[in-house]
Amino acid sequence: MSFFSTLINGLSLGGIYALIALGYTMVYGIAKMLNFAHGDIIMVGAYAIVTTLGLGLHPLAAIVAAVIVCTLLGIATEAFAYRPLRGASPLAVLITAIGVSYLLQSIAQMIYGSQGIPVTLGAFGAVSVFGTSIQISSLITLGLCVIIMTALTLFVNNTRVGCAMLAVSEDKAAAQLMGINVNAIITLTFAIGSALAAFASTFYLMQIPSASPTLGSMPGIKAFTAAVIGGIGSIPGAMIGGILLGVIEKLALSFPALAPYTTAIEFALLIIILLVKPTGLLGKKRREKV
Amino acid sequence: MSLLKVDNLEVSYGLIQAIKGVSFTVEEGEIVSLIGANGAGKTTIMHSLCNIIPKKAGKVFFDGKDITSIPSHRLVPMGIAQVPEGRRIFQELTVFENLKLGAYTRHNAGEFAETLESVYERFPILKERSKQIAGTLSGGEQQMLAMSRALMSHPRMILLDEPSMGLSPLYVNTIFDMIKQINSEGTTVLLVEQNAKKALSIADRAYVLEIGRISKSGTGRELLEDDEIRRAYLGD
Repeated sequence: MSFFSTLINGLSLGGIYALIALGYTMVYGIAKMLNFAHGDIIMVGAYAIVTTLGLGLHPLAAIVAAVIVCTLLGIATEAFAYRPLRGASPLAVLITAIGVSYLLQSIAQMIYGSQGIPVTLGAFGAVSVFGTSIQISSLITLGLCVIIMTALTLFVNNTRVGCAMLAVSEDKAAAQLMGINVNAIITLTFAIGSALAAFASTFYLMQIPSASPTLGSMPGIKAFTAAVIGGIGSIPGAMIGGILLGVIEKLALSFPALAPYTTAIEFALLIIILLVKPTGLLGKKRREKV
Repeated sequence: MSLLKVDNLEVSYGLIQAIKGVSFTVEEGEIVSLIGANGAGKTTIMHSLCNIIPKKAGKVFFDGKDITSIPSHRLVPMGIAQVPEGRRIFQELTVFENLKLGAYTRHNAGEFAETLESVYERFPILKERSKQIAGTLSGGEQQMLAMSRALMSHPRMILLDEPSMGLSPLYVNTIFDMIKQINSEGTTVLLVEQNAKKALSIADRAYVLEIGRISKSGTGRELLEDDEIRRAYLGD
């Protein structure tokens, strides 16, 4: 495989990580909690696709179903698991998130079993660009990730509600005094993060066409790493962190001598970046406010 | 009927009761000051009025309506704006975005533009710096921005929590002039201040808060001339 095709594959994997990392980082920025069940939302999205395809529906309908299911699940976990703990100690919220994660995995295992279920979202093949063969699925993933992330950036920076999200992330009490309904903004954040996760599960299945109850764990952890590398709470940081991690992963895999150590290299990168810049690449030091 | 009526307000932090039954009123068009030493409970009262922190007991009425447990974000469209202690402007957003957030609950673009124009007229510096990140403004400019942001909601009543805190004497005068002007334009003011002399001199009426209770009340002038107040708060 040429360097060029490795790069495209890395960018598209990075796009997937970035989409997931955005969910972690936005929820952290706004609700100040680490939602460790976020990776499992991807898994639920994958099963939503499996189920819809099983009904004989078109892959596009399956993607729409995944987005709807994930969005509703994100809203529901926030409302039933996290909202009652608003103001509780961060440790209580963290352990609850881990609990939600295992709950979702166990429910999936009860319904679908622990074996991987093959998923075919379509046969995409490859094209030849500059004399190297590039997977079309990688190009689709990359293109759609760029569009989704551009749309999100425009939404956050240019709309009234986006501005309210930034305000809530900086100072909840002051945002309330502006007349912003903080709970509604938190719900919206979970909804957006989970919808992004549904797209991530679609793209993930295009690369690894098998759904299993633990499907979300590794991409979840990698994307969380990406969010921390970029600076947790920062939207552009999550994008940069995700892309960086995806490219490094594919590059490392392309060298036979490095390939077995790929995951170790990624986490070593995390450690190095946090040693040099503890807030992550684009993270800012935040003053704690009452 | 008073515009704001606070009836036997009690607030606790865990087992510690910070506010032990405070009652006061603010009439439409007045400037009312709440003075007291550090830790007397002034900011606690302001936060609990807008339900940023919960009340333990007591009632609050605004324009005759019971607002005791109305969530803070719904008080803004009713006509209550608060400038919190320490300004709490959105440091990472621009000056313009801060002003826009002040008008978050108003949906009429024409009214927004009109209020924005009047804010820029009062403080040309905010217009000049409208695209600048708010955290880069000086302390005095940030206080102006915080007050302007509150005015963007076109409130009937504005709650000001320590607006002169940490400002140079020059800015302190500017801020108090602005408070008088806002009031003369028809906005009722509830002012909490450690700078008792300034706060009493512009107040129609004032209350003195001592460790969670109101110990004295009167017109601004009466309290300025009160021997006990002079010794305790005015440094005479």
